[in-house]
Amino acid sequence: MNLIEMDRVTKRFDDLIALRDVSLTVAEGEVFGVLGHNGAGKTTSVRLLNGVLKPDGGRCRVLGLDPNLQGARLRRQTGVLTETPAVDERLTARENLAIYADLYGVPVRECSRRVDALLLDFALLERADDKVSGYSKGMKQRLALARALLHQPKALFLDEPTAGLDPVAAHAVHQLIEQLSGEGRVVFLCTHNLAEAQRLCDRVAVLERGRIIALGSPDELARQVGGALRLDIEVRPEQVPAALDLLGRAGLEHVEYDAETLAVSGVARDRVPEIVQLLVDGGVSLYRVAPREPSLEEVYFALHAREEA
Amino acid sequence: MNRRAVAAIVRKDLMVVVRSKAVLLPLIIVPLLFLVLLPAMAALAPKLATLPGSSLAGMSTFIEQMPAGLRQTIEGLDESQTLVLLMIVYFMAPMYLILPLMVASVIAADSFAGEKERKTLEALLYTPTTDRELFLGKWLSAWLPALGVSLGGFFVYTLVANLSAWPVMGRVFFPNAMWLVLVLWVAPAVAALGLGVTALVSARVRGFQEAYQLGGVVVLPLVALVIGQVTGVMYFSIGLVWVLGIAVWSIDALLLWLSLKIFRRAGLIDRLG
Ligand SMILES: Nc1ncnc2c1ncn2[C@@H]1O[C@H](COP(=O)(O)OP(=O)(O)OP(=O)(O)O)[C@@H](O)[C@H]1O
Ligand SMILES: [Mg+2]
Repeated sequence: MNLIEMDRVTKRFDDLIALRDVSLTVAEGEVFGVLGHNGAGKTTSVRLLNGVLKPDGGRCRVLGLDPNLQGARLRRQTGVLTETPAVDERLTARENLAIYADLYGVPVRECSRRVDALLLDFALLERADDKVSGYSKGMKQRLALARALLHQPKALFLDEPTAGLDPVAAHAVHQLIEQLSGEGRVVFLCTHNLAEAQRLCDRVAVLERGRIIALGSPDELARQVGGALRLDIEVRPEQVPAALDLLGRAGLEHVEYDAETLAVSGVARDRVPEIVQLLVDGGVSLYRVAPREPSLEEVYFALHAREEA
Repeated sequence: MNRRAVAAIVRKDLMVVVRSKAVLLPLIIVPLLFLVLLPAMAALAPKLATLPGSSLAGMSTFIEQMPAGLRQTIEGLDESQTLVLLMIVYFMAPMYLILPLMVASVIAADSFAGEKERKTLEALLYTPTTDRELFLGKWLSAWLPALGVSLGGFFVYTLVANLSAWPVMGRVFFPNAMWLVLVLWVAPAVAALGLGVTALVSARVRGFQEAYQLGGVVVLPLVALVIGQVTGVMYFSIGLVWVLGIAVWSIDALLLWLSLKIFRRAGLIDRLG
């Protein structure tokens, strides 16, 4: 079942078209990534899907509700981590959570237990009664994340959840996302971090200036950009120039190299045996030949380059 | 109506207000000035006025020109008593209205524009509150404290006025019926006025300071009332105070209507940028 749907959604701000004919669906238990440059329209999508902005065209549907008409009801079941943590600096972590527990209608009897549990989970318990203004960026981010989970939302919207976090904290967030999707929640993840998206997302949409230019699982996207591989070839160091020469003559131009490894990108799968043959015939000793599927990052840049062209 | 959520918004705004010096300071200093210092000085005024070199000459021309209704109220009083009565009961009346006005404006500036400036508004917009509930919560968080301060201030003023003027008056002379109308009918309306104007202004400005300063323009009509009375153009009769209340409530209704029209989630976030 689709928990999130956007059907040819368009959003304008005066002359600027922030989203143009965007259509996508996200199913139960799925982690869906939205990738895109600054200003691509990621945050705008989150706002539209939560009834905080109105679309100028098209239709959104989240958890079977229309965000535009049934916003308050919908927001009972959605949790949003905003781009800036938006926590009250003059209040303590505990006060921040207690007030939002009221706003989200967490059952009164459960409030303090749930607040304590979240403070513990997000390693904020020790500083729970200090004013947030003294917190580090990462602590504020964790508090904002805890707040988004207070009411145990069915759909979670995370707008760059690991921006500014140290690697350990970012890892903890990744584990949390995996755990949440394991519990059957749907996660809508906006990110610039392509490794993060590759690791976590079942499917991704690549937004470029308000339009979706690619949509699918990271593997499908790789195939869309041509399924070209990257070939790492390890040779004896003194043979690097000879190998470069051979590859150049075979028309393979995208070659990077260091002391003993050549990395050939944009290689079609069926050319791999031919390249190996070529090098062996040319007297180059091969120690290692490793074809690699392109990473989401490479796919992203390929898509971007194609869009520019 | 989700009362728990509305109450949470009020609670949050008030907790945030009392923890900011920039907001709290005017909330403490202004009432002290108006409710303690001024009446005490007014009660001492006859003593100062009878010092050698000064005279009540200016007073007597004022008294000659004063409206008939006001002249009745000072019948049978001596000059010192007249002076105290005029100051504490009449000249101070329009000044008292600055209190609810200021409290409401300061808090509204912090809760509308300040919240936007601190970027915490967005989180609030993602809560399961309706636009109306959000607006009501914000409205109450400025209006209720303004009522509280103006009521509490009135009691303090009553005490200070009667005590410090006791040597001159020799009786409890304050408040009169006009003041009750002022406190219970006009002050809440003036609070709503300050709040309504500041809330509208907040939609257009970047932060607390700007909203507070622009919203503060509403104080000008009050200054006009103060001057109008001191120069004898009009005086705070009970009838005038009733009418004043009606006028201010009408403006409030207009402001409320305007605010409800623009206070929409989509409109608020458009300006978050
Ligand atoms: N409230 C607004 N008023 C005017 N223009 C806006 C508003 N919000 C967004 N935009 C514009 O819409 C476009 C999409 O913005 P959006 O915030 O959705 O991008 P984003 O993908 O989240 O970018 P980032 O990675 O920088 O967060 C941008 O060009 C932005 O300037
Ligand atoms: Mg964004």
